[in-house]
Amino acid sequence: MSYGEPVKALVIGCGRVGSNVALQLAEEGWEVTAVDEKEEALTRLGEKWRGGFVLGHGMDVDVLREAGIEDADAVVVATNGDNTNLVVAQVAMKRFDNQCVVVRILDPARADFYQTLGLRTVCPTKAAISELMEAARACEIPTREPVPTS
Amino acid sequence: MYVLIAGGGKIGANLARNLLRDGHGHEVTLIEQRRDRYERLEHEFEHQVQLGDATEIHVLDRAGIARPPDVVVAVTGDDEDNLIICQLAREKYGVGKVVARVNDPRNQAHFDLLGISATVSATASIMALIEHEVPEHDLIHLLELRKENLEIVEVQIDKNAPAAGKRVEKLKLPEGSRLISITRNGRSEIAIGSTELQPGDQVLAILQPGKEDELRRVLLKN
Repeated sequence: MSYGEPVKALVIGCGRVGSNVALQLAEEGWEVTAVDEKEEALTRLGEKWRGGFVLGHGMDVDVLREAGIEDADAVVVATNGDNTNLVVAQVAMKRFDNQCVVVRILDPARADFYQTLGLRTVCPTKAAISELMEAARACEIPTREPVPTS
Repeated sequence: MYVLIAGGGKIGANLARNLLRDGHGHEVTLIEQRRDRYERLEHEFEHQVQLGDATEIHVLDRAGIARPPDVVVAVTGDDEDNLIICQLAREKYGVGKVVARVNDPRNQAHFDLLGISATVSATASIMALIEHEVPEHDLIHLLELRKENLEIVEVQIDKNAPAAGKRVEKLKLPEGSRLISITRNGRSEIAIGSTELQPGDQVLAILQPGKEDELRRVLLKN
């Protein structure tokens, strides 16, 4: 990427997570194209959305091409299906030779295994577990009166 | 032989039934995700069917994938799932043979990209049969041997074809191609050097993918 040219990102899956990633990257000056198979997904991006939007499934190579995967600097894969995400991420890496692919995987076991295969997986479930653990530990638990011994 | 089958639809259930038929002596575990289907299958297959999502590692573990099975067959209705099941079987558990169903032929390229073979696509097979019965093209793909990087095609010699009236040994066939057989008036024979091609012959050829145009020029000239 050269100076002055905006960094291009492709966000596949424009649900609660994907749409916010798309919006925040755009806010930071990235040129963002979102892909989703449902047209309603576009409404999540709001009326002021100036980025791209391609209607279609992430498994469809023509859709990926139309969304500009060939010259995207980064690809974020966040549909609601773990297996779809795993396949789309590998297609982006291996077929389109994209160097920066990040992929959301809800299942911790698959997230860990595919990380060993070289995918940059992000697992919100693991994040939730550790945050919940931390929050539970931080609770102020009243000290109990010692049971009197008679 | 121990076979793990993911997906208890018509294909999965029939595969299990065939493998378990008396005399075969195979061991089968069938994994089905939908409870209603699982309960129906359990009547027939009892402990040999398990309930669960076969793309989840703990489900595969429970089904004995770590042994590992001789073959893992992924025949669910979702191509993504079939791909991931095969990939987990091979890469995580070292399963030697995987077989995947391709529901949407457009996804074939993804299976190839990730090195998943053998694959079976009913749609693609039926399309090839339709082509065979009602040829729209002069060169019909009958069979792809992906692992071998070869394919078998069929051509029909018409009376203006450059190959008509020539012996096989006189044809300048492209390197990486060979004629297999000639079918004439409903009878087939193996193509040898002295076989003479005649108008109306249906010819089977084996070749490396990408050699079709050269072969077409030698046999049909279009």
